[in-house]
Amino acid sequence: MSADPSPHGTLPKARTGISGFDDVTYGGLPAGRPSLVCGAAGCGKTLFATTFLVNGATLFDEPGVFMSFEERAEDLSANVASLGYDLDGLIAAGKIAVDHVRVERSEIEETGEYDLEGLFIRLGFAVDTVKAKRVVLDTIETLFAGLSDAAVLRSELRRLFGWLKDRGLTAVITGERGEGQLTRQGLEEYVSDCVVLLDNRVEDQITTRRLRIVKYRGSAHGTNEYPFLIDEQGISVLPVTSADLTYDVSNDIVSTGIESLDAMFGSGGLYRGSSVLISGSAGTGKTTISGHIIEAACVRDERCLSFVFEEGGEQICRNARSVGLDLQRHVDAGLLRFEAARPTLYGLEMHLARMHRDIEQYRPGLVVIDPISALRGPEVELQATLLRMVDMLKTRGITAVFTSLRTDGAFGQSGDLGLSSLMDVWIKLQDIEANGERSRTLYVIKARGMSHSNQVREFQMSASGLRLVDAYIGPAGVLTGTARVVQEAQEQAASLRRRQEAERRKRDVTRRRLAIERQIAELQAGLEAAEEEETLLLGEDARRETLLESERGDIARRRSAAE
Amino acid sequence: MSERISPAGDPVSDEDGDPGNYHLRLYVAGQTQKSMTALANLKRVCEQHLAGRYEIEVVDLMKNPQLAAGDQILAIPTLVRRLPAPLKRIIGDLSNTEKVLVGLDIRSRDAGTL
Repeated sequence: MSADPSPHGTLPKARTGISGFDDVTYGGLPAGRPSLVCGAAGCGKTLFATTFLVNGATLFDEPGVFMSFEERAEDLSANVASLGYDLDGLIAAGKIAVDHVRVERSEIEETGEYDLEGLFIRLGFAVDTVKAKRVVLDTIETLFAGLSDAAVLRSELRRLFGWLKDRGLTAVITGERGEGQLTRQGLEEYVSDCVVLLDNRVEDQITTRRLRIVKYRGSAHGTNEYPFLIDEQGISVLPVTSADLTYDVSNDIVSTGIESLDAMFGSGGLYRGSSVLISGSAGTGKTTISGHIIEAACVRDERCLSFVFEEGGEQICRNARSVGLDLQRHVDAGLLRFEAARPTLYGLEMHLARMHRDIEQYRPGLVVIDPISALRGPEVELQATLLRMVDMLKTRGITAVFTSLRTDGAFGQSGDLGLSSLMDVWIKLQDIEANGERSRTLYVIKARGMSHSNQVREFQMSASGLRLVDAYIGPAGVLTGTARVVQEAQEQAASLRRRQEAERRKRDVTRRRLAIERQIAELQAGLEAAEEEETLLLGEDARRETLLESERGDIARRRSAAE
Repeated sequence: MSERISPAGDPVSDEDGDPGNYHLRLYVAGQTQKSMTALANLKRVCEQHLAGRYEIEVVDLMKNPQLAAGDQILAIPTLVRRLPAPLKRIIGDLSNTEKVLVGLDIRSRDAGTL
């Protein structure tokens, strides 16, 4: 069955199953055509080709044939076992056939005309045995070392690729990088439908593997260099993430795990999918705050993935216990995973590729990168890497927490405010030194999309967690720590005094009032006494008058009677 | 199927300690020009230099493709000297007799020992 690309349709493609590669090529390698994978020694060509074949057999139901010109079949099986592929099992199941073609120059004497029909027969036999749709030839250039007649070889190779195309087999040909050309023997003349170049560059003692699609006839493809990883999980390519800034936004609010910190945000927490920067110098509590955020997320049953560059995961769990956070139980429950790596272990691209791969597999709802300032490299690269990291997280709607040692939110020495502009929320931690002690404060510099408190808040860490207290802002500035406590005590004393003062005055007034009332009572009594006297006097007067009257009357009667 | 050509009467004996007995296998792919030429050349050389102590086996890979991998056959035609050990491989249509003799390491009995 030959692959006949219709003139109006897209080119049919054979998926490789290599994560990221199929994205970059928009579907995989061209089906029914030979593709060239070239690179220097040790770039991963054989592993790439083997992955293509194994995935074809296991994932896409396309059996394959591996014609190896360099390694023996058992060596090949052992080598790819490190990627987790069971080549022997697939061979036994009849899904893959491996044929080792040994070309030993000392064994061969050329005595006349010949052609390479033997190779065709072997390949044809193997293809027919497993009904293969995929073929790998690795590395066909060894034939040039074994056989001396280059003209015959080249014409036979041309015939071979035509033979592969006629049968509609998707083939991967590997070739060694040559000086000034893509392959040493110039295979790119014959195999030019798709050329993939693998590169293994060492910069600053760090190796980065890169992949580039040099040419892909008949299809659009990503043209940049993409870093890729080879480790025990196989090959994964990191595709460049979306260049435009379109991603879904969420209106959900997630808590930071610290109530008083949530209260500093107008909406009561952080937007899901936002990026948070916690910056502060050493020892200010960045990891502790991120520990609280992790705890809050795990309690909500969200998975958390924490990339740590300075401490190991177990150490962080132990340290978190001192503030009353039990992160170990989340690790045991599978909700929390720590990926620890020294920053100098890989190049920036590799860190990004690893993170991408881990995030793809684990699907967390929260990612913590602690600290981002540990990554080293030229500033331009750092910014590009970070941009892609934030992009990758935002596209998936993952809330991201970054901690940084740099207090000005910059990358490198020039102080350019690069990092902070990528972040939605910026919390700055600062230790205030006064009166011979340091107190911890934090404040929210920015929180996109919501109002936030502009107060500097002191916080304390204790065995029951992190707690914000109100910092005292006095006429001399922010007072924290014992100065605040002293000031508070003074204030309390002052208010006590004022209260007592007020009470004393009240008592004074009451006393005076009582005194005046007493006076009034006395005067009242005096008045009453005077009235009584008056009444008495009046009474006496009246009696006297009455007496006088009666006496006069009496006298008058006597006088009148005595006549 | 392979056909065996051996001088009449001689039993095939592989366990012979006699280094003189040559067991040769010629791999061809159908009845092509090169294959026919190679077979003809081979018979000629054997008659001339190995009279009476050779055995030729012709394997047609078109009919038996699975045999190609066993002897690591890449080019056609290929002549493999199975006995005496070690294994020797010669590719081509065997028109260059010198190289055939060198390749097969044939020491002619009549020419005396080396």
